[in-house]
Order: sequence, then C-alpha cells, then structure tokens
Amino acid sequence: MAKLQPHAVKLITEIVERYKDEPTPTMMILEDIQKEYGYIPLEVQELVSELTGVPVSDIYGVVTFYSFFSMTPKGKYIIGVCLGTACYVKGSQLVLDKFCELLGIKPGETTEDGLFTVDVLRCIGACALAPAVSINGKVYSQVKVDDVKGIIAEYRA
Amino acid sequence: MALVNIKIEGRDYQVESGLTVLEACRKCGYQIPSLCAFNHGKCSRASCRVCLVEVKGARGLCASCEYPVNEGMEISISSAKAVEARRASVELILSNHEKNCLQCPKNGHCELLHVAEMVGARDGKYVGPMTPKTYDEVAPGIIRNSAKCILCGRCIERCKEAQGIAILGFENRGFNVVVSPVQNRSFANVPCMQCGQCVNVCPVGALMEHSEIDKVDEAFRQGKKVIVQTAPAVRAAIAEEFGEKIGTPGTGKMVAALHRLGFFRVFDVNFGADLTIMEEGYELIHRIKNGGVLPQITSCSPGWMNYMEYFYPEVIPNVSTCKSPHMMQGAITKTYFAKAHDIDPKDIFVVSIMPCTAKKYERQRPEMDKDVDAVLTTRELAKMIKRSGINWQKLPEEEFDQDLLGEYSGAGVIFGVTGGVMEAALRTAYFVLTGKEYDKIVFENVRGLEGVREAEIKELGIKVAIASGMKNASKLIQEVKEGKSPYAFIEIMGCPGGCINGGGQPYVQPNLLPNEDDDILDTYRQKRANVLYSEDERQVIRQSHNNKDIQKLYKDFLGEPLSELSEELLHTHYNPNREKYPEGK
Amino acid sequence: MAEQIKTPEQLQERFEHCAHCLEKKFKCEPGHKAIVVCGDTGCLSLNSQSILEEFQKIIKENKMEDKVTVNMVGCLGFCSQGPFVKIFPSETLYTKVTAKDAQEIFDKDILKDEVVERLLFVDPQTKQKVRKQEDYNYYKLQHRGVALVSKADINPEDIDEAIAIGAFQGLNRALHMSRKEVIDEVLKSGLRGRGGGGFPTGRKWSFVPDTDEPKYMICNGDEGDPGAFMDRSIIEANPCAVIEGMMIAGYAIGAQNGYFYVRAEYPLAVARLQRAIKKLEEMGLLGDHILGTDFSFRCHIRLGAGAFVCGEETALINSIEGKRGMPRPRPPFPAVKGLWDHPSVVNNVETLACVPYILREGWEKFASVGTEDTKGTKVFALGGKVNNVGLVEVPLGTTLRQLIYDIGGGIPGGKKFKAIQTGGPSGGCLTEKDLDTPIDFGSLIKAGSMMGSGGAIVMDEDNCMVDVAKFYMTFICDESCGKCSPCRIGTKRCLDILTKICDGKGEPKDLEDLKELAKFIQSNSLCALGQTATNPILSTMKAFPEEYEAHVKDHKCPAHVCKNMMEYYIVPEKCMGCTLCARNCPVACIGLTDKPAKIPGKFVHQIDVSKCVKCGSCMSGCKFGAIIKR
Repeated sequence: MAKLQPHAVKLITEIVERYKDEPTPTMMILEDIQKEYGYIPLEVQELVSELTGVPVSDIYGVVTFYSFFSMTPKGKYIIGVCLGTACYVKGSQLVLDKFCELLGIKPGETTEDGLFTVDVLRCIGACALAPAVSINGKVYSQVKVDDVKGIIAEYRA
Repeated sequence: MALVNIKIEGRDYQVESGLTVLEACRKCGYQIPSLCAFNHGKCSRASCRVCLVEVKGARGLCASCEYPVNEGMEISISSAKAVEARRASVELILSNHEKNCLQCPKNGHCELLHVAEMVGARDGKYVGPMTPKTYDEVAPGIIRNSAKCILCGRCIERCKEAQGIAILGFENRGFNVVVSPVQNRSFANVPCMQCGQCVNVCPVGALMEHSEIDKVDEAFRQGKKVIVQTAPAVRAAIAEEFGEKIGTPGTGKMVAALHRLGFFRVFDVNFGADLTIMEEGYELIHRIKNGGVLPQITSCSPGWMNYMEYFYPEVIPNVSTCKSPHMMQGAITKTYFAKAHDIDPKDIFVVSIMPCTAKKYERQRPEMDKDVDAVLTTRELAKMIKRSGINWQKLPEEEFDQDLLGEYSGAGVIFGVTGGVMEAALRTAYFVLTGKEYDKIVFENVRGLEGVREAEIKELGIKVAIASGMKNASKLIQEVKEGKSPYAFIEIMGCPGGCINGGGQPYVQPNLLPNEDDDILDTYRQKRANVLYSEDERQVIRQSHNNKDIQKLYKDFLGEPLSELSEELLHTHYNPNREKYPEGK
Repeated sequence: MAEQIKTPEQLQERFEHCAHCLEKKFKCEPGHKAIVVCGDTGCLSLNSQSILEEFQKIIKENKMEDKVTVNMVGCLGFCSQGPFVKIFPSETLYTKVTAKDAQEIFDKDILKDEVVERLLFVDPQTKQKVRKQEDYNYYKLQHRGVALVSKADINPEDIDEAIAIGAFQGLNRALHMSRKEVIDEVLKSGLRGRGGGGFPTGRKWSFVPDTDEPKYMICNGDEGDPGAFMDRSIIEANPCAVIEGMMIAGYAIGAQNGYFYVRAEYPLAVARLQRAIKKLEEMGLLGDHILGTDFSFRCHIRLGAGAFVCGEETALINSIEGKRGMPRPRPPFPAVKGLWDHPSVVNNVETLACVPYILREGWEKFASVGTEDTKGTKVFALGGKVNNVGLVEVPLGTTLRQLIYDIGGGIPGGKKFKAIQTGGPSGGCLTEKDLDTPIDFGSLIKAGSMMGSGGAIVMDEDNCMVDVAKFYMTFICDESCGKCSPCRIGTKRCLDILTKICDGKGEPKDLEDLKELAKFIQSNSLCALGQTATNPILSTMKAFPEEYEAHVKDHKCPAHVCKNMMEYYIVPEKCMGCTLCARNCPVACIGLTDKPAKIPGKFVHQIDVSKCVKCGSCMSGCKFGAIIKR
C-alpha cells in the first residue's frame, strides 16, 4: 500500500492531537481529515487507528457509513444536486440525470479529468430555491434541465 | 437471584430476573427460533428479528433476545401475529441469501435452514436483486462468501472478543451492508491470523474453511502413499460430528475410520509434539544457560505466528524457532520415515488433520511448503468419513500405526489444550536441566481455561505464563516487547482455550444441539479439555523424552536436539516485514 | 474580554441595558435609520452577504455611519421571497433584493423616505403590493415568537441582542426552582417533542434516575427530513435560545455537559453555535457556578456526517461515541443508559428552543395556544407546489387548509391541489378531504400521517403518488442503517415492487404484497426509522388507491410521470411547424408529417415514440404548448 507523505502524517497526527482530551473523538477526527485532507484513504485510516487505538475495521465501518466521508479524492468542483422532497417534486431528479449524462458519470463518481464530482444531497435546507444545486458551496436556485449545460460550461472555462 | 413471575402462553412460570425473554422461554421449555442470539440467548443487536414474540402491553412485537423479563409479563410465542412476523423475517433474509443449499458446504449445520424450517418459510415469497456478492478464496485458511451472509455480526464480535484485532466489520449502509475485512479485501490482504474463530460462529455458509479434501482425493488418485497425522485436539471433538455428546473421546473410532479411508499410515501428531518438546526444551535450556533472549515464547500456534508477524515483529527473537508439531512430523516423515522404508519422498503425501484453519496457511509458508501437503480440519475429516459410508457408531476402536513414528507420550496429548505445551515442557525440562527423572507429572498450576495465567515453578526457579486468544495474550507480549517480562517461558495459543477450541473444530450451535445442556457454551471447552487430560492419564509414558520412538529418532537420525540436521528439518524463521495491508484486494 | 454575567442582578442590569439599546436602534431618532438583511443560509446562498456589503460601502461613501446602521438578522421565514431587506423605523420590507438594488433603496428609502415599489411583495392572491411584514397574509395566521424569534430582527451573532429579547431570563428562573419544579413546569406546559415522536418532554426528563453518575443532555440537530429546515433556521437565527433550553434541561436532569449534534451540512448554524458558546463561556454564562448558583454546565458540538438515521436518538448516541450510527435495541432507554452508558436525554432543537419561553413566560402562556392534544406552536417548512414557500410558526390547531391556502397562498400555476405530505420520509400524504384537520400530533396520526419534524410538502396534479412513494423508499433504502432485516431487506423489496410498478410491469398482486410487506416492516423493525419507513407507501395506497390501480391494471400513470407509461405527443392542431422541437431533440426522433401546419409552408411535427428517450426537451422548448404528455 502507498505510504503516506510526511506532510500527510504530520497533518493527520496534528488532527488527532487536537482531540486528545475528547472522549470517543473518531468522528471529529475523520471530519477534520475529510475537510483538510480531502479524503480518507485506507492508509490514513491505518494511521488514525495507530494513533487512537480504534481498530481499522471500526474506522472503516464509520467511513463507509456516513456519506460525508469519501475514500477517493473528490473533483475540483463538487456538484451537489439536492434530492430533498421539495426539490424532487420540482424535478431535481431530471436535473441530476442531466448532470450525470453530460459528465458521463454516475452520482458519487468523479470525472476522469478530476474536475467534477456529482453528489446527491439530501436537502440542504434551501427548499425555497428548489430545485437547488450546490457547487463548492455556491447555490444555484430553481435549476432547470436546460440550465445544466450552461452551469457546467461556467466551470469548464 | 430474585425471581419474577411471568406467563408464557397463559401458563405461570417463575424465572430469574435479568433474563431475556428468549432465555426465560428456553428455561421454561420453549424454543424460539433465533439467529443473531447465540450467546446463551443474549444478544446486543436484536437485528435479525427472527425471535419476535408478543408481549402484552408492548408496542409492536419484541425481539425476545434482548427484551428483559419483568414481573407479570405475559408472553405469547404462538400468536398468529408473532408466527407470521417470524416467518416474514426469515423469508426476507432468505430473499437476500444465496440459496444453493444442496451444494452449500454448511449443509447440515446451517442455522438459517433450521429456522426456515421452524417458521415454515415459503419459497420465493420475496424476490429481488441481491446485495453484490464477494467470494474470497484467496486466503489459504478461510473462504468468505458474502452472498450467504445474514449480517448477524457474530463473527465481528468473536474476532474482537477472542483476538482483539477486529479484522471483520460492517461496511456501507442499508442494503449494501456487508461484513468484511476493510475494503472488502481478502483475508489474505489484511492482518488476519486466519484462526477461524469467525468460522466457528458463522450460522450460515458465509465463512468456511478453505477445503482441501479435493487435494487429498487427487493424491489418492495419483497412487501416492498418503500418510495421515491427527492433531491431539481432533480426538476431543470429532465424535460430536456424529451426534455424540460434547466431551466424548473419539480417538479409537477416528483411527479406525482413517484406516478405512485407505491411508497408508495413520499417525498421531502427538509424536511431533513430543519432538517439539525435545527441541523447544533444549532451546529454552540453551537460552537460559547461555544468556540468550528470554522469555522464550512457543511457536506451535500458526494463528499466533501470524499475529506476531503482523503486530509484534519486535518479539521475533523471543519466539522459539521450532516448527509446529505437525510440520516437524511432516518433515521427519519425508526424510527419516521415507528413508527407512525406501520410499521416494515425492511419492509421500502427508495429510494433517487439524482443529485449525491457520494450519492451512502455515503449510503453505515458503519456508516449509514441502513438509505437509494438505491440512484438513476436524470438520472436513468428518465429511470424508460420512461420504465414505462409514457408520461411526459401529466402528471399533483401533490403535495408531506403530511404525517409527507411532509412539506418543501423554505430554503430547495435552498439547491440544491451553497450558498443555507448558506442562509437557515442564515435565521434560527438569530432566534436561539435571539429567535426573522427576516424579512430578501433573502441574496443576498451569492448567485451567482462563485467558491469562502465570505460575512459579519452584523446582526450576522460573516463572512462566500462559495465554490463549490474542486479546488475552497482547498484555504479555507487550511486556516482552518493552523488555519488562518477568517470565522465562510463555506459552501462547491463538484460540481461546487452545486447540480444543480451534477454528477447525465442530460447530457448537446450541440451537442445533437439543441434547446438550443450556449452558453448553460455557462448558464445551472444559469437556473437550477433559478428554485430553484423561487420555494423558491413561498413557504409560507421560513425558516426551521417554518416548521410545523419539529416542530412536535421535539415536538413528537426528543425533541430538538442536543438531545441524534438527535445525534444518525442525526449525524455521519468521518474517519481520509482513505488510498488514499489501497492495491489491 | 466580554463583560461577565455572574449573578442574577448582573443579568437584569444587562437585560435592561440591551433592551434599551435594541429599542433605540429600531425606533430610530429622527434622521437615523437601520437596515437589516436576512442572514439565513437560504438568503445567503442568494448572495445576501453582498447586499450587506454593498450597503456598508454606500453608507461609508456617504459618510453616514453614525446615522445608518446595517446588519444581518436571522431568518424571516419567507424564503421564496428572499433575500429580504428591512428598513427601520418604517419597517418596510423589500423582497428578492439583489446587491444592485442597494443603491436605489439607499437613494430613495434611506435618504428620501420613498418606498421602492418594485421591490415590494405582491400577494399572489390579492395581487396587491404589501409594504410591512405584519400586513403579509403569510404572517397573519402565524404565531411567531415561541420557537422562532418573533420578528427575527436581532443579530444572531450578538449575544446582547439575544439578552435584549429575554435570553437567560428563563434559565435564571429555573435556577431558583428545584429540579422537580422545573420538570413539572415543562410537564404542565404540555410541551411534546418536536422532532417527530411527540413524547412529552417533561416526562422524558423525569425518567432520568436521581443518581450521582454523570448525565448528559443532547440536542438533536441532525435534521434529516428532506424538506425540513426549521432546526437549522432556529439555530442560525437565535443560537442562544437553544443553548439556554439545553441548560435548563441540563439543570432539570442533573447533567453538567451538553452535546449539540448538528448536521455537517449546516456550516453556518454550526459556526453561530460555536461562536455563541465561546462568547457565553467568556461571559461566565456557561461554565461553573452559573448565575451565582451551584449549577455548572458546558456545551460541546459534534457534527453529523450525513446519515439520516442519526436523527434516531440511540443512533445519534452511537455516532457521538464515534461508531456507526446504528440504533440500539431498547430497553435500556437512553434516560437510563445512553451516552457512554450514562443517563442521557436527547431533545430536538425546536423542543429546546421552546423551553426558555416556557420558563420565562410561564407554562400557562405556552399552553394558552394549541389544542387539547398538543400545546404551543409548531414550525413547519412549507414547500413544494405552493406559492409561499418558507418557514412558518403556527399555533397548533391551525388547519391544513389555512396552512396551504391562507399562509401558503395556494397552488401556483392554477394547478389542482393533490396532497400534502407531512412528516417527511416517516410521514404520510393527506388529501383534500383531510384539509380541515387541525394540526396536532393526534389528529395527523388519525388522518393517516404524522407531524414529524415539520416538513410540509404540497403536491399538485402533476405529481404521481406512486412515484412519490418510490422517491421516499429510495431515500429510506439509502439511509437505512442496514442493521435489522425488516428495514434493510424489506424496504429494498418494497422499492423493488414500486420500481416494477413504475416501470409499467406491475400486476394487481403486487399491491397486496406491497401492503403486507409494508405493514410487516412497520410493526417489526428495530427503530423508529424502520417502523415509519413504509408510512409513505401505506398512506398513498390508502389515499390514492385508484392511482395505484391505474398503474398495475391499465399500466397508465395518470399524472404522466412514470416514463414507461407516458409519451410525449404533438397536438397537430396546435403545432405551428416551427421545427424548434426537432432541433432540441437529442435523439432526432421528431419528424414531419405531410399535414400542413399553421405557418404556411410548414408541416406538423410528429414524435417517433419508439426512439423517444422522454427527456422532455421538446415540451419545455415549445412556445405554443403544442406538446403534451399522455
């Protein structure tokens, strides 16, 4: 298995250190790693296991349970299509399908050029803006199928 | 213990408070189908929903495996609602289960099939796509077929509880949940000891030993001289496979069966065990006398060897270089025995019958892949016996073949139980150290089934320790690693209780053993251990160094313990750089 | 270093001071004005931050910093009209404002007291322009001020403004009562858990044993119901209310530590909560000897990581413990053996936000609104096919009809109302005949749905109810933790059947199987997620049996949603022959007939249904409404 770069080891160690006074900090550690390292590959999980004493399989179980965690690097732009009820009844499934069709990937996957990841979101609380699409935190409101092409072009440029 | 009054099916009963409904009902003579509840009817998961019963006043049905009884509780197992619900639970589980039951290696021991029959599950009630399947047959010891798995979680719990390493875990969410090593990897590519404890508790055919019966068949077909050698612990449990109660000795009938299966010679690995004591005993004395690395740790358990290489390579200098008994015996069979009978070693095929799945891995280690050609578990041997039309009940008792490797001491027999190697070593150590026989045979203070034990051996002026199961052993090993260990000699066995409870032994499934006591899960290990201790008692020779065939082997062939030839044939080395998660899946 | 509030007297002093400041800010001396901009996630995602910055810039350019203030406030709740800008003292409310509008608002309203007419809200029913919040029909039937901040005009990042509207008065009162008295007060108020279950909050607290071991208070902010966002909004608008509620609850059950479990998807809520906790610690309102008493309490934040099931309290506890969020069997209940095996109480955000009100104003006032069954108010996230989308706080007992038509302004586009879905994936659909049901826990359950956490999604004639049921089952299958077999396998099998039906391959027998299985899952799953997972199926089957039957008997989808059972059709009489649809079609399946179209020389178009992929591009592009689904 690929060995972690020294800077990664330093970062992960520092994150684990942050929560040394917390009881059961696994989730907090993983959340910070996801945010700061971008993803949580197995070698990182192994290191966390060593530093915390929590078995790798437990950490792995947690990583695969929560949709916030990812074991592969995500794209530069993460396109989140909300499939909350309010968005769904206003046609967000069609919007999602269109993104997938145009990018040639399935939900959860990343394009080969590493530019885009399409994720399904479960209600981002922007129900008034339905259907809502969030790209790296920027929210597009009332997105129609026909808008999808333009939105992608915005980021390709 | 306080008692509570409950009603089951309208009848009054008094049971101990603190019991689950399932336990209470069992005590009162009711058998509620259950899958996840395996530990005396106590379950922390309540996930399979097969044991649902109606409890008056409760919201919905209750999972009897986790619901505690309380005063005045009224339970109905037979209400239409409960009966239908249990059936539906089973039918749903079946809809996501690979149902090739006839060909399933677990056929005959499948708890799912058992409950399906109990609840009257209907064919094809629910159908639909199944969770994607993983079939892992890469690891030499254990096969995993996720399509059989019912996610009861027993294996996960057992791995944690026995070995503390948690190789298996739940992965993903919802319908995609699987129980697997991380990344759905093979057991071969994670730091798994392949001890097979998970296999022992699996209610279905999701976890199985990697069968080598085909290899043995092929050897017979090729006309090889197939020599079989059985480990001590096998005799303590094989009879269970033929419906005998746990604790029934099976030595004589097992030997008779092996003879009928057509083996060229039927030997006992106890001979190898005696040989191990000689080599390991001298190694210990050598270390003590020459200021070598202490404590010395036993190396008989291949599960423990795997664990050591993965997690504690630092203690390699402490681990005895001795091969495990059956590997030693295999090596001797292919040299000393072959030479004496003028057989080309290539024509000899050595089969070890072991209580163990890790031995299947061990025999394939590159350092010693010539010594033994196939390893069958106790369960696999039973299968071979059954398919050959042999009626176990009517078998006579026969003796092992007396042919150079035939004799064994009582010391060899007790290798199969935790503390046995230590006791056997102590019986010989005094003789080796002083050159004088010592009349003490039984060392009570090293016996017992507790996970970690220590004893002071006044006669030798040393302290020793014994551990079985890696969770128990890890404290001892950590001390060794830190150089703080106060012991001279440590015995470590991979499985809790030692080989009698190995991953290749017959399943102890209370649900399928109506004639056993309710507390069988607490007592089966002691019952099996007793078989070995009483066989030891019956032996005339009870010390390894007094085994005449061993003496002859040294005189005619090896010279003396730790001789150059011994080192070559009977000793090995370990891998300090074993990768826990190698590339690939 | 913030000024310490360590005694009730100091709190009172600060309250009087802050209340005065706030009043001054909004009443405004002559020539002074205050601008507030909505700072809720919804409005922020529509760039309300840039509006704020634009105002700041303009004010600076005009050197009017001493006369005009501008700041962010919490959610105004009328999210479909956001971002909002409100001007004080006139209280003019501008809707759908962009940064470009700031200059005009400044020039006209701030400088000349002229209303910018074009930014006023137009009531969809009366078609009248409305200037002040209190004149909006949307707000008229609401009863804001219990869980939500009454007018939401306080800065959520300024503790002083929270104190100005009474924060910590309830805590102060509670600390002078015995624990039992506090529990009794909450019991008498009739407060029931707002997270969905509706369990009486006071009773939940009373289950905690009176022992010396550590106890924990947990706030469930893992709002997972798709379509509900009131918890997020409550935290974002007034984090102090939730913290105070947790402190009171902590005092009542004898806990010294409180954990907020908030979805990671709510970064703003988390940030505001964090900030408030830090500030309160500095002020001495969190920590040891709060307000001069023996009560010590600390707050911690844990983030959810995207698992709906963690809204279930035992799963949530497992998640805090760093495990997979799989529910635990009960008993033991968390009140006896919860977080780290110690007694714990899990309350929802909205529930806790109601607690300070009860303690501050007294249980009688809280219980003065509501129904016999459920007291107080409830916040709903009104969404879907309704004109006015947003967060509303209504007195319990308001009818669904009032909610949809009076507050929600009816169905847009002249479409026909079909159903209202309440309770999210655990709830059910209610139809026209249920619209006069007064909203409370009991009545909604009786009608075949449930209150849930307060999602209320309106559906119109274009929604296929089988498809809606399938949507919820897809969600549940994704979100089931996978522990118990009825939920893990059963919901998948339900989804399999629904998929078959929606694909046009259903048979009448499927409906029986579906119903039987759905009922089985309901009564035999391990946790509340599974036990309610099939409510959407059962309630739509009950309310729309004919729609299910049309799918399995005639293989027709009456709403034309299920793709295998509908087709696009060009109405020859309406087709102008403009060729736009043919050019839009991604698979070139639109050709010409020989029938002349309305435009001379052009011909009527026709769809080759064997090639059509049913993407709908033709229909959405047609300017003449000539393409229909059938």
